[in-house]
Amino acid sequence: MEKKLAIIATKGSLDWAYPPFILASTAAALGYETQIFFTFYGLQLLKKKLALEVTPLGNPGMPMPLGMDKWFPVLGLALPGMQAMMTSMMKSKMKAKGVASLEELRSLCLEAEVKMIACQMTVDLFDMNRSHFIDDVEYAGAAAFFEFAGESDICLYI
Amino acid sequence: MTDFNQELDATGLNCPLPILRAKKTLTGMESGQVLHIIATDPGSVKDFDSFAKQTGNTLLESKEEGGKFHFMIKKS
Repeated sequence: MEKKLAIIATKGSLDWAYPPFILASTAAALGYETQIFFTFYGLQLLKKKLALEVTPLGNPGMPMPLGMDKWFPVLGLALPGMQAMMTSMMKSKMKAKGVASLEELRSLCLEAEVKMIACQMTVDLFDMNRSHFIDDVEYAGAAAFFEFAGESDICLYI
Repeated sequence: MTDFNQELDATGLNCPLPILRAKKTLTGMESGQVLHIIATDPGSVKDFDSFAKQTGNTLLESKEEGGKFHFMIKKS
């Protein structure tokens, strides 16, 4: 019988958007039936137009270019424009290293029939509009997640 | 080198793209046909071995040549 992978995606930053899509697309290629349940900030990953950013704030593990982490005071990382700068640096680095874009990984997931479910409660909570999400999304709650996750071989919370 | 039916150039691509492209190419091939994959991602060596084990396709050959990795996968 086909193996199953269930993922809960809870984070909405550029860096944290990668693990759910990388693992789901790879699992699908290996023959897993895969579902991702997007909740809270993870819902940003379902937007038609992805506008995810990365922040060095509160993330001492983030490698900084030019030794910036050594001489830049933590407060400097909160300066206006810093997040946009880090985001564009991260994106160009990914491109240079042949890392797929999130848009590409997400469409590879959909092509491989990875099922994407949005948490209806969070959609309501944040007054999000369904029309901003890609069309392939289903809307459900925790019980629906457990119906699939309860039979899964691997279950990840990201 | 083993004969092959189709070739996939995955050079410059990083994880998990070589695997995803290989899977997609294999889907369009006939059982028993061989796919030759060329990659530059050093992680792909272990990954194609695992891919073959989990999908039932056979990894006929895996070698490094001139800084590139070559894989021969026979579709099950």
